Amino acid sequence: MEIKDVGMAGTLESSDIMISIEKNEGKGIEIELKSTVESQFGSQIRKVIKETLEKMGVTNVFVRANDKGALDCTIQARVEAAASRATQAGFKPWEVE
Amino acid sequence: MLNGVNREVPMEIEGLGVLRPYQSLVKNGQAKNIERLKDRQMNPSKNKIVGSIEKAIESAGLKDGMTISFHHHFRNGDYIVNMVMDVIAKMGFKDLVLAPSSLTDIHAPLIRHIKNGVVRRIETSGLRGELATEISNGLMDVPVVINSHGGRARAIASGELPIDVAFLGAPSSDSYGNANGYSGQNSAPSACGSLGYALVDAQHAKKVVLITDNLVPYPNTPFSISESQVDYIVVVDSIGDPTKIGSGATRYTKNPKELMIAQTAADVIEASGYFTDGFSMQMGSGGASLATTRFLREKMIAANIKCSFALGGITGHIAAMHEEGLINRILDVQGFDLTAVESLKKNRFHHQIDAEFYASPDNAGCAAHQLDVVVLSALEIDLDFNVNVITGSDGVIRGASGGHSDTAAGASCAIIVAPLIRGRIPSILDRVNTIVTPGHIVDVLVTDQGIAVNPLRKDIEQNLKTAGIPVVSIDELKAKAERIVGKPDLIQWEDKIVGVVKYRDGSVIDVIRQVKK
Amino acid sequence: MQKLRRTMLFVPGNNPGMLRDAYIYGADSIMIDLEDSVSINEKDAARLLVYNALRTIDYGETEVIVRVNGLNTPYGRDDYEAIVRAKPHAIRMPKTETAQDVVEADKLITEIEDTVGMEPGTVKIFAAIESAGGVLNAKEIAVASKRLIGIALGAEDFVTSLKTTRSLEGIELLTARSLILFAARAAGIDAVDTVFSDVNDEEGFRNEVKLIKQLGFDGKSIINPRQIKIVNEVYTPTNEEIFKSQRIIEASAEAEEKGSGVISLNGRMIDKPIVERARRVLALAEAAKVKLN
Repeated sequence: MEIKDVGMAGTLESSDIMISIEKNEGKGIEIELKSTVESQFGSQIRKVIKETLEKMGVTNVFVRANDKGALDCTIQARVEAAASRATQAGFKPWEVE
Repeated sequence: MLNGVNREVPMEIEGLGVLRPYQSLVKNGQAKNIERLKDRQMNPSKNKIVGSIEKAIESAGLKDGMTISFHHHFRNGDYIVNMVMDVIAKMGFKDLVLAPSSLTDIHAPLIRHIKNGVVRRIETSGLRGELATEISNGLMDVPVVINSHGGRARAIASGELPIDVAFLGAPSSDSYGNANGYSGQNSAPSACGSLGYALVDAQHAKKVVLITDNLVPYPNTPFSISESQVDYIVVVDSIGDPTKIGSGATRYTKNPKELMIAQTAADVIEASGYFTDGFSMQMGSGGASLATTRFLREKMIAANIKCSFALGGITGHIAAMHEEGLINRILDVQGFDLTAVESLKKNRFHHQIDAEFYASPDNAGCAAHQLDVVVLSALEIDLDFNVNVITGSDGVIRGASGGHSDTAAGASCAIIVAPLIRGRIPSILDRVNTIVTPGHIVDVLVTDQGIAVNPLRKDIEQNLKTAGIPVVSIDELKAKAERIVGKPDLIQWEDKIVGVVKYRDGSVIDVIRQVKK
Repeated sequence: MQKLRRTMLFVPGNNPGMLRDAYIYGADSIMIDLEDSVSINEKDAARLLVYNALRTIDYGETEVIVRVNGLNTPYGRDDYEAIVRAKPHAIRMPKTETAQDVVEADKLITEIEDTVGMEPGTVKIFAAIESAGGVLNAKEIAVASKRLIGIALGAEDFVTSLKTTRSLEGIELLTARSLILFAARAAGIDAVDTVFSDVNDEEGFRNEVKLIKQLGFDGKSIINPRQIKIVNEVYTPTNEEIFKSQRIIEASAEAEEKGSGVISLNGRMIDKPIVERARRVLALAEAAKVKLN
């Protein structure tokens, strides 16, 4: 899916994650992660972000993530919302899952 | 021979040994100095007030390598440590050992003194903020030593941790050093209530320097530190920030999760077998443990049960229950809020105690050993019920040992309260990062999603089950947490030891290593 | 046993922390909200969050109800499409005006269930009535769909439509509460009362719960977990009530065993409604984990 704009979703409240997604032409998925639980869950968070984008068919994006201890399902939802806003595609995972 | 007042007295008597005859001290035709200053009335040979901290340090004979101490009754409003250390640094002292009862966020300027070699090593109960983070990152050559409140008192009293000079902030003092954490004569601007931790230093330090911002007429009764233990007094403009020393009244938490944990903890106490008339209790700091008081109060009224004494850090809620006759006596080592300070001032049976009486394991008896029930917070607890209250989930120091292990060891029923998860961090682990309180003295764990009882306490488990309170194994609780948040990766450590955690008897129960970046 | 709905806890749909913790407080039902608590700019994000949360978080015994946006808004259709697939126990319709609203929602849910191969009728409906018109249509609304498990009064919008405000005594809500309750009882479904928004006024809240319990409501919508304990206390039967109910049930079982149509206790005849009431008392007692001496 084509990235048309910077897409943001989520908040900086505890248990949430703020995701910002923008174009990263030809460089694949790059993730810049800041997390309060970096040492315990850093690799898991990156994995969930990457897998969610791949499932949506989004490639070549730069992702900024500021995590405050979000669960996997929250990370997934925020990535979906941010990517959906960035692509302006109105992503509806319930139609594909 | 004839003595100074012309009486015949022997120089020696068998059984009493050599005797010293009285000598008259009339000099220049005058026995007494009637020109003495008003503030020197009671002891003309000695004026304890010195003009500056620098003068006090000089007079106390501070030397490189000595051990100095402070108390932490002003919490994050403390001005004393930074004030004194700045002067010490300016005077060029090196290699000092700092042994305060605790340190907190406000003490970040110590980082500079450590880097400049003024401070060589630290013994404390707790460390927070930037200083704690820097020390965790390997700032010091010699690891910091973490003591419990009872352990520190024991070490000082036994001579294991000799204090050369104690610098003690006093919310009120007279010119001879009768001092207290409040004032019977005015409303002390920096009132903190009990001076329980400072009393040990006052008693055992070789030199004691009092620093006050509230000099009151002699004698400053009631006093807790007495003039017989004080060498020098410095009067300064302010010893602390009242807004940070303590709030007017501790409010019960409004956090629904903490309230639920508190309610459950009260249910557990009620069913534990220790909820009988005349029971004793202590509530540690933390939203859930303090709020347990509220629910326990309802149960005490309903069952017509009175508490013989409440111990430790005291809140306005405990004071209010004392005033309504539900708690017979208060043994107060530290005031948690200004309502507690006020109660200490006006209630005769609200009694100030020192840290040694509170929790030292080595004396002839400490109050912690008389406890029936204690409710304590935890950062982490593991499957063996070992508790960590000193390092965060990232392995960085950010807490305090406090009276945790002292009261857990002393109480018949030690209850740990903790949310099952904090954000994404589970509170229950295979192994806690750092052991402060060993699991065998911890009896019950109360979380928002279940209660676990230490298998060593089948009696309590049986009592809870009889009362219809569901109990699960701690393994089940851990599994539940992991189903929600996933399994955290383990913290990676360097080899360097940055902290040594001592159990209350002085033995090393764990070490803290530098966190790998 | 019949499902109790003493407490229905509101959970803002765009708050991950609250979504994660909603089940721990012991509410009988939680009502996750995509409507008024979510701003227009966040409707998409909240929908995705609730969709993912419901598919992952184990809410255990707690009944999960999701308040969606109305089908007359730009968000309603997507809400239904996403949420029905995430299989909550029920969807709560906001601002229900007519029976036709319920019929349309039922039709859409049926379509979605059909599309994904779900058992028809899996997802129930709970209808909130929030206007004078809606209240007058309550009787028809309550029987508009087999999926309907209950109706609720939403008082904030209602009092505005009535050109009044809420009072502690609740005189302005009396007719609405009664009509909704009558409609629910006639249809054999639950009736749940509106929220009480001053969390710190525990006494005012307790009085209101006593009032709606006496009127006959099954329970109350609540906005803070701290209110759960109070509702449960009010709804918990006394030991005396429980003891009496136990003996009534025992007598009823005895009569059934003997094949006798007449139930008698201590020489007095017991009517069927009394038995039914006794069952409800025991269900409430069990839910409150009352221990009898």
